[in-house]
Amino acid sequence: MELQTLARLNAARQARKAAVVATDLSGGGVRLILEGESVPGPLGEEVAKAFRSGKATTVETDGRALFLNVHLPPPRIVVIGAVHISQALARLAPVAGYDLTIIDPRTAFATEERFGGVELVADWPEDVLKEQPLDAYTALAAVTHDPKIDDFPLSEGLRAGCFYVGALGSRKTHAKRVERLKEMGRTDEEIGRIAAPIGLDIGAASPAEIALATLAQIVQAFRRRNLVTDG
Amino acid sequence: MTASETLDPLLTAQTWRESGRDVAVATVVETWGSAPRPSGSHLVIDGEGNFEGSVSGGCVEGAVITEALDVITSGVPKMLEFGVADETAWRVGLSCGGKIKVYVERLA
Repeated sequence: MELQTLARLNAARQARKAAVVATDLSGGGVRLILEGESVPGPLGEEVAKAFRSGKATTVETDGRALFLNVHLPPPRIVVIGAVHISQALARLAPVAGYDLTIIDPRTAFATEERFGGVELVADWPEDVLKEQPLDAYTALAAVTHDPKIDDFPLSEGLRAGCFYVGALGSRKTHAKRVERLKEMGRTDEEIGRIAAPIGLDIGAASPAEIALATLAQIVQAFRRRNLVTDG
Repeated sequence: MTASETLDPLLTAQTWRESGRDVAVATVVETWGSAPRPSGSHLVIDGEGNFEGSVSGGCVEGAVITEALDVITSGVPKMLEFGVADETAWRVGLSCGGKIKVYVERLA
């Protein structure tokens, strides 16, 4: 591998971009493929598969063995709202291998006592997301029920291509939310990506069960996402 | 750098090479049975035998480092295989009973 290739790979990893390194095991060199780059032919399919699974693999193309190493940013969850559901989600997420950040400007909710050991930011999402922007490896779950707090990050999550965007609230609440997001410039297609009511339908009733249903839906969205266009 | 970055072998390899050190990158490219580190794991080695990362649970790193010094000198990549098939292999083998293939290349 060339130093220049390694430097580009490391820059992509630090910017939370996915990358595949294709190494010709017969000594024919190394190729770096960044997420979103189009790769033609059968190799494109293998690369897309590797991006999806996140697993390194060896493939045969044109009689050569190519080792595809996949570098995915660690997935994380950003929760808007330091509510009861978030308390349960904050305990479940690390078990599934997800980092988690909770944002809530309401200092009565966002307390150390309720969320010990959890990354908790007691500030407006507008301000926090400027410093820590959302990206394709982030799941956004908005659970405050308050449009003043939820709407902006929902819109940002759709714009930034978060692999999951979920919003708590009844169908009626969501219908009103859809109207507001349209006014904020989001398209019907983008808005259609929002998981609402939030969580897989497992009949969840308690806050912990809703957290579990939400986490399961996040895992499903992550494992089934598509990152590379086959060219 | 954060704590996790200082333990990142690929960042280490870049830093080493940029400061003029010779560097080899070893990558697990295949595993069979119970292998401690999955495909894609890296161990990076400099010309003095300093290393960062892992390709096993510490079982075969010594042998990989020795081979890496060869690769640094020759510039020719090598494919290494480790298992516990026989008595001899035990010395540089995997006590877990797995088998791994490690590709070692020089960072140009």
